[in-house]
Amino acid sequence: MATQASRSAARLMMAPAVILLLGWMLVPLTMTLWFSFTRYLPMRGDSIERGLQWVGFENYVRFINSSSFWPSVQATLMIVGGVLVITVILGVLLAILLDQPIWGQGVVRILVIAPFFVMPTVSALVWKNMMMDPVNGMFAHLWRAFGATPVSWLSDASVPSIILIVSWQWLPFATLILLTAIQSLDRDQLEAAEMDGAPVLSRFFHIVLPHLGRAITIVILIQTIFLLSIFAEIFVTTGGAFGTRTLTYLIFQRVVDSQNIGLGSAGGVYAIILANIVAIFLMRIVGKNLDR
Amino acid sequence: MGQIILKQVTKRFGDVSVIPPLDLTIEDGEFTVFVGPSGCGKSTLLRLIAGLEDVTSGEIRIDGKECSTIPPAKRGLAMVFQSYALYPHMTVRKNIAFPLRMAGIDKAEQERRITQAAAVLNLTDYLDRRPGQLSGGQRQRVAIGRAIVREPAAFLFDEPLSNLDAALRVGMRLEISELHNRLKTTMIYVTHDQVEAMTMADKIVVLRAGHIEQVGTPLELYRTPRNLFVAGFIGSPKMNLISGPEAAKHGAHTIGIRPEHITISPSEGAWSGIVGVSEHLGSDTFFHVQKTGLAESITVRADGEVGFKHGDEIHMTPRADMIHRFDENGLRIE
Amino acid sequence: MARAVTTRRKLATTALAWGIGLLIFFPIFWTILTSFKTEAQAINNPPLFWGFDFTLENYTVVQERSNYMRFLWNSVIIAGGSTVLGILVAVPAAWSMAFVPSRRTKDILLWMLSTKMLPAVGVLYPISLLFVQFGLLDTRVGLILVLMLINLPIMVWMLYTYFKEIPGEILEAARMDGAGLKEEILFVLTPMAIPGIASTVLLSIILAWNEAFWTLNLTAARAAPLTAFIASYSSPEGLFYAKLSAASTMAIAPILILGWFSQKQLVRGLTFGAVK
Repeated sequence: MATQASRSAARLMMAPAVILLLGWMLVPLTMTLWFSFTRYLPMRGDSIERGLQWVGFENYVRFINSSSFWPSVQATLMIVGGVLVITVILGVLLAILLDQPIWGQGVVRILVIAPFFVMPTVSALVWKNMMMDPVNGMFAHLWRAFGATPVSWLSDASVPSIILIVSWQWLPFATLILLTAIQSLDRDQLEAAEMDGAPVLSRFFHIVLPHLGRAITIVILIQTIFLLSIFAEIFVTTGGAFGTRTLTYLIFQRVVDSQNIGLGSAGGVYAIILANIVAIFLMRIVGKNLDR
Repeated sequence: MGQIILKQVTKRFGDVSVIPPLDLTIEDGEFTVFVGPSGCGKSTLLRLIAGLEDVTSGEIRIDGKECSTIPPAKRGLAMVFQSYALYPHMTVRKNIAFPLRMAGIDKAEQERRITQAAAVLNLTDYLDRRPGQLSGGQRQRVAIGRAIVREPAAFLFDEPLSNLDAALRVGMRLEISELHNRLKTTMIYVTHDQVEAMTMADKIVVLRAGHIEQVGTPLELYRTPRNLFVAGFIGSPKMNLISGPEAAKHGAHTIGIRPEHITISPSEGAWSGIVGVSEHLGSDTFFHVQKTGLAESITVRADGEVGFKHGDEIHMTPRADMIHRFDENGLRIE
Repeated sequence: MARAVTTRRKLATTALAWGIGLLIFFPIFWTILTSFKTEAQAINNPPLFWGFDFTLENYTVVQERSNYMRFLWNSVIIAGGSTVLGILVAVPAAWSMAFVPSRRTKDILLWMLSTKMLPAVGVLYPISLLFVQFGLLDTRVGLILVLMLINLPIMVWMLYTYFKEIPGEILEAARMDGAGLKEEILFVLTPMAIPGIASTVLLSIILAWNEAFWTLNLTAARAAPLTAFIASYSSPEGLFYAKLSAASTMAIAPILILGWFSQKQLVRGLTFGAVK
């Protein structure tokens, strides 16, 4: 509801954002799509100026059939799934804990949030050297203190190690969102349940958890979007070795290391499709959220 | 000066027609109230006059000048909103000064007008507070102050009292009426409360579904409602509306009789019935009479001293000269 | 209503919460601590929590060897620039969506968010080609643009949710009071939305500061920010634990301090207005 004048003003004010994002999305996407159907090896002299050779779906077939594809999908799913399970479960427990009356709540909250402010390259390096190094890492010291042989975390237990690092980074996000949700829980409801004689555990499963349902969905969906494209954590720690080559990292290697643009672009299209499947679910939920 | 003329004004939102073609003249200095149930288009009409919405077609003339395409700021009108719409980050002084600042009026003149408005509205002690530190009534006065200082051609009020509690509302009603007597500026006042309309207006415009049902002074509307809707809407408690054989006796489809125009007696009368709920207001008592032998139950006003109880049988007689008659289309029969 | 809790129970939950908090914070604490040790003490067995020789030497060495200040400056310019630019584009867009909504507003908003889901790696090569074409490779301007575009959807969304809470009547009052569009946004909307704009700015700075895909792939020597600075420590030679710690501390300190000071704003910002 507004006047013609304010509606045209609104269109004008929205234009920069819309045009910028439209360009940002369409131009590179079109190029990727085009490259994915061509033979494009810059090291062998292919270039746009000289014209690229159209190869149809060859890149798509080769990307899927390469021996690295399925392991990379597996690594991606394991890492994303592992991080989600850990952050959601620990996030719920931590949020409940932080919701209790404790001394120094503010300081504890700062301690818990801190990892969110650490850039991915730093957290990967810190974990790799300060914590997980088989000789000088904190874990090695701990293991030796208990008489055990230190583990070479990033080569012998590479996927769990990556999951641990990434979970550490994302736990603050999950905890914060879940904490906000818990604080919006109607206390009367809990007290009514207590009056009805419901024990602690059943109060948790029948009242707290359903109330958190929406927040948990949001955590899962937003994290999934970001986790599908984690890069720096792998780049800095294992460089994609020891079974930690995710789909994102595989595409990165095809494009940057082997300079096979056509093949990498086909992989990129797969990744885009994958992300969009997740995105559709996210949009549904967010869309409902906007209506409220 | 502030004469406002609407000519064949219409408003549509998409496919929905909110205001069908509508003509209305508001004379300079008049206190006009738009009244009607929620969703009747009264607020939309006000926003059309203000310029916060575009008319779909038609003309709005303010002092003879066609204004329907002029932006709100240039129409020379001031508006008081339901939520007061004060700027929370500005002090009362800055709130009141804002329209003057926008108009580029010099500091000394700004100060003069603010001081004057604050004195009129009893806000002098609060000029350096922020809206958040004021009570509802004070906020209301700041909103009015912000409107006054512009010295507008007309004031527009959009349900300004609906956020106040009952006691304050009566006080502010008097203050606004007082203000109108002093300034003699055109005021248009939107409300859904017919009591506000009756007590404040020079002229009432009753709206339903965008249509003007009737325009007139409060007493005109009260005495000669043009149709059933106005008859039922104006007056509290509501006019008793009776249809069927009883109405046919008077040569009408429906007859209406106000509660104060029925006399009651324990022994004899035209109609009889059983007393249901009685509402004792002290000065008056309203009896809701059931099982009247008519299809409808009847509300009757009596003196505060009359002492019928729940379950008593009573008899009622309407004053013949006060019976309103309506035909099958709900229109008044003279 | 807060209920009386027994002191013993509060003591137990406090101990548990502090224990977990310190555990989560430990890697950061350990890094900061190690940065003040000598290299020999940094790899001492057992690890030293106290009783080491406090030294600032690592910091001076890191600054000399890697020219920390230049990376820091790049980070500041890139994070700041992309945020300022983003706010300039996002505020008008969010104003339109919040106060002049149309039937398509929601679709546009969701579409904007969906661009955020475009996997960066899928468009890495085209973007590098375009960067080469326009001479943006390894420039701060190029990164400012990319990071602004990456964070723009989130900024618009956050501002939109904040603006939605401002009653439209107040803006209409400003219009009645003679304010034009410029005055309306500058004198009425912006001051009222300061908390929302502040947390949007903060989140944008943090996201830009920590962004590690485009900054690593689109810069070399000249425009590289701290993410690249720290990545250069991933394959070092010789004794380096203390220096790595010093470099890490220097890379995260600015944002850690900023984040701590603005915790309250951020908590709301981080929830993307999705959970009330």
